[in-house]
Amino acid sequence: MLTSLTGAVESGLLYALMALGVFITFRILDFPDLTVDGSFTTGAAIGAVMTVNGTAPWIAVLCAFAGGALAGTCTGLLHTKGKINGLLAGIIMMIALYSINLRILGKPNVSLRNMDNFFNNVSVMIVMIVIAVAVKLLIDLFFKTDIGLSLRATGDNARMIRSFGANTDVTTIFGVALSNALVATSGALVAHYQKFADNNMGIGMIVIGLASVIIGEAIFGARTIFRATLAVVLGSLVYRIIYALALRIEWLEASDMKLITAVIIIFALVVPSTRRLIKQKNIARKRTAEMLASLGKAPSGGGR
Amino acid sequence: MLEILNVSKLFNPGTVDEKTALVGANLTMKPGDFVTVIGSNGAGKSTLMNIISGVMKPDAGAVKIDGQDVSALSEHGRSRWIGRVFQDPMAGTAPRMTIEENMAIAYTRDKSRGFSFGVTRAKRAIFKQELQRLGIGLENRLGAKVGLLSGGERQALSLLMATFTRPQILLLDEHTAALDPARAELITELTETIVRDMKLTTLMVTHNMEQAIRLGNRLIMMDKGRIILDVPEERKKDLTVEQLLGEFERISGKKLADDRIVLG
Ligand SMILES: Nc1ncnc2c1ncn2[C@@H]1O[C@H](COP(=O)(O)OP(=O)(O)OP(=O)(O)O)[C@@H](O)[C@H]1O
Ligand SMILES: [Mg+2]
Repeated sequence: MLTSLTGAVESGLLYALMALGVFITFRILDFPDLTVDGSFTTGAAIGAVMTVNGTAPWIAVLCAFAGGALAGTCTGLLHTKGKINGLLAGIIMMIALYSINLRILGKPNVSLRNMDNFFNNVSVMIVMIVIAVAVKLLIDLFFKTDIGLSLRATGDNARMIRSFGANTDVTTIFGVALSNALVATSGALVAHYQKFADNNMGIGMIVIGLASVIIGEAIFGARTIFRATLAVVLGSLVYRIIYALALRIEWLEASDMKLITAVIIIFALVVPSTRRLIKQKNIARKRTAEMLASLGKAPSGGGR
Repeated sequence: MLEILNVSKLFNPGTVDEKTALVGANLTMKPGDFVTVIGSNGAGKSTLMNIISGVMKPDAGAVKIDGQDVSALSEHGRSRWIGRVFQDPMAGTAPRMTIEENMAIAYTRDKSRGFSFGVTRAKRAIFKQELQRLGIGLENRLGAKVGLLSGGERQALSLLMATFTRPQILLLDEHTAALDPARAELITELTETIVRDMKLTTLMVTHNMEQAIRLGNRLIMMDKGRIILDVPEERKKDLTVEQLLGEFERISGKKLADDRIVLG
């Protein structure tokens, strides 16, 4: 139980970077970017293949970051300059990356067993806590800079930020690139953690990322950027813990996880909005009663 | 300061939906000019504003700011000279960002943006001081999300954001039209003082005839994509709303049709 919990937390931290990337596109830029499924594998492929070829693991991880940024730039260009719908631009890149990733890997999967490893001689837990917290804080700081503010405004009110001199094409491309860079970094770290990379490891990643973002927001709130990024990291942890617990249920199989993920997302989306609706209805009922009372009339018949 | 030279614009050319928005419009504004613009629905007032700010490119003609031809520049390339307030109070601010973050964005309108912090202690002091001009207490709510403000407060903030960095040109497109009369009056007063204090070259579209006459030093009237009347300061002083509507009928041969018209 304890080892599976440790594993869950480690995974949560590894995938937190991916979730932060998804947060940037979905929440900050308001751009539903599906490149993620492809760019996660791109990162894993770069991180694995370069390590196999003798590059230092940390350099391989940095290159994965750059590879993800490049993939994101392509999606951003397709959307802004090519005027392709955002969802479609992401899907196109995801498909294109499937082939590109296979090229990078050279074969469907690459093993990192008995190779130099990013997590050699260190505690995965400690290293990942440091990386996740550092990345979270850097993102927080970035979104307070002038460029960061214009990126946030691009997702919030593009017309307004254009009237204040920002090129929203550039801010969008930058945001999508940053997002996919984080996703690819996460992919490379996961490859090192599980000691292999395969061409299908990114499938469904976007949904997991979204689940982490939504669970985090639902539980921990997202009033400020600081809170929101914290919620994403914690959301990723919670998701992995739920995942680990679900796997312990006998009649569930690992392949059911995608369905479970979908159910978790539906819950995390429906519960808060239903709660808000009920609250609003109650307030409305109370206010109406007050208003009627102040008019000095009892509610007249006709209604329920 | 601002020159609009023979500007024409067609929408959906060559289709059944073809609309003439501007036909050879000419307008020259001197520094410090405050020009009010009136005209019927679809006269091309908003199109004129959009062409000046670069949201749209004209089919023919040129726009010059300070003697420089800016026709080839995109919207964000021109915004260092231009401050704008839109009709929709939601359009000029970012709702999920705080008041001070919105101010920080406005502060960098005419500067290049880098990796330095948008809100610093020094800037916060400037923002506070500027927000005090509005006299509605926003200076005490720097950390509040703009989405929480009322329409009137948001429009006041938009006006301040568009002006406190002293743009060469201020464009106001019916910026009080979506507000209730009391709030519209507040924004009109603020506009008057800000434009006067900062000596901003201003082009203001309004549907309020009385306001169009009272504010500014020049009044133009548009119809069917043309500027049909240009009233200079001396004549504008003694103009009445009746005379203005009469002028419109005499020149265009029809009554002024504006669904948002306010006579005064
Ligand atoms: N994006 C567009 N596509 C097609 N036609 C347009 C577009 N924008 C404006 N038009 C048309 O161009 C003409 C001028 O429109 P414009 O918005 O400039 O008028 P306006 O003077 O601002 O009117 P209003 O008083 O209603 O705001 C109208 O016939 C309008 O239907
Ligand atoms: Mg208009």
